[in-house]
Amino acid sequence: MDKKIKFNTKNLDLFYGDFQALKSINLEICEKEVTAFIGPSGCGKSTFLRCLNRMNDLIESVRIEGEILFDGQDINGDIDVINLRTRVGMVFQKPNPFPMSIYENIAYGPKCQGLKDKTQLDKLVKESLIKAALWEEVKDRLNKSALGLSGGQQQRLCIARTIAMQPEVILMDEPTSALDPIATAKIEDLMSKLKKDYTIIIVTHSMQQAGRISDKTAFFLMGEVVEYGETPVIFTNPADKRTEDYITGRFG
Amino acid sequence: MEAIKRKKLRERIIENIFLLCACVAVISLLAITFFVFYNGLAPFVSNSYSLWSFLTGVEWRPGSNMYGIFYMIVGSVLATFGAILIGVPVAILTAVFIAEMAGSRAGKVIRFAVELLAGIPSVLYGVFGLGIIVPYVLKISPMAQGESLLATVFVLAIMILPTVVSISETSLSAVPKEYREGSYALGASKIQTIFRVVLPAAKSGIMTGVILGIGRAIGETMAVMLVCGNPIAGIPTSLFSQIRPLTTNIALEMGYASGVHQELLYSTGVVLFVFIMIINFAVNRIVKTKVGN
Repeated sequence: MDKKIKFNTKNLDLFYGDFQALKSINLEICEKEVTAFIGPSGCGKSTFLRCLNRMNDLIESVRIEGEILFDGQDINGDIDVINLRTRVGMVFQKPNPFPMSIYENIAYGPKCQGLKDKTQLDKLVKESLIKAALWEEVKDRLNKSALGLSGGQQQRLCIARTIAMQPEVILMDEPTSALDPIATAKIEDLMSKLKKDYTIIIVTHSMQQAGRISDKTAFFLMGEVVEYGETPVIFTNPADKRTEDYITGRFG
Repeated sequence: MEAIKRKKLRERIIENIFLLCACVAVISLLAITFFVFYNGLAPFVSNSYSLWSFLTGVEWRPGSNMYGIFYMIVGSVLATFGAILIGVPVAILTAVFIAEMAGSRAGKVIRFAVELLAGIPSVLYGVFGLGIIVPYVLKISPMAQGESLLATVFVLAIMILPTVVSISETSLSAVPKEYREGSYALGASKIQTIFRVVLPAAKSGIMTGVILGIGRAIGETMAVMLVCGNPIAGIPTSLFSQIRPLTTNIALEMGYASGVHQELLYSTGVVLFVFIMIINFAVNRIVKTKVGN
């Protein structure tokens, strides 16, 4: 089955000042799959992820060359960044719920887009929490502070918050690296359910994680994509010696 | 052995020096409090003046043995309230500008200006008020003088800016960048991020700034004295009314007063003291309950 291409990057270069962090990245990311980016620290995988919803805009010295086509439109050009970010949501490494109630955390994004209707918001909050597998745990304390949740719950809240925007793509930047194994398992479980409806792109340090949950894997090294393909192939029969060295644990 | 003993001794001596220094502040506080209360409560204890007439009177005529400070309390409260009403929003928005445009040239210039503003002696604020604000108030005032509640409010609003700006800015900058990123990633604009996430997250720090601003406004003396008019009687009825805050009452007459007159000036100090305590406790309570939520 041929899947639709969601993101198509062409010769993407990214510089922090004089330092080139990404070198000529060419990647096609398919719709409704889980794509994992692996590689050692500082290899550029997070930086690349942050290109996909223009989060690098927040850093002043960044310069980007090349194209990132999102549904065929170049997002590096003069586009509505806010619109892009409502379609491409992001979950961060450290759970970062806002210091407000659980309900308000989820209603925040839709409210920023002008949704005011209470019944609609209530419904959206509930649906998002159900999809993020958090509803049962928090339904009795929606008005309590989100900061009182455990780390794993906070991360699922952040996922729920992203889902509430009804995005097409969810970017996840090492979403489980701050969590314990049980919370990690819950999030991984959640991801495999979510890929039915969303395109998921995840940066991870854990190769086991990439192996467990992703359909495709890209191996980054020193700002380049060394190898990209079906996850089973990358893990069992890598084409490049460097990929093999990395996944067998010889470095990284 | 000898070396270890000596080291221990040195540690203890230094620790005690720290303690001694810390005591200076506490002892000063106790000394001032005792001094003011001792002298200020004396006339009521010895029944040389009625506490009730002191607190509710609206005339201050030492020559006729009339010492009422109610109109001064009203003046102090109104002036402070007005200064907060104007000064705080301006200060918070200034802090937002500095904190969120930290890298920009304009942000740096403004931060520097605010720091300088903090260093200007208060008498110069008064002179500025007298020279610029008072004549301007006079132009629009139905009264025959420009010294007024309104002029006081303006001078105080400017004077509390540095305090509120610098403390708000510090707490805004301390808001974790993860909150901002989270907000932007949800498609919020910069303005939405600032008003809905960053400012609420910095709330308790900003409230602290406001408390200190209130303290500064209610306690300010020199600058206010030059622009408030210092009438001997009358509750202020409009923005153009003259006022006589508690602080200036003390400063104006303490130099030559004696006897009951002098003691009642101390009593004015007691009232001022109590006011500042009440404000501190009240606002602290508000901050605590809000943050505790």
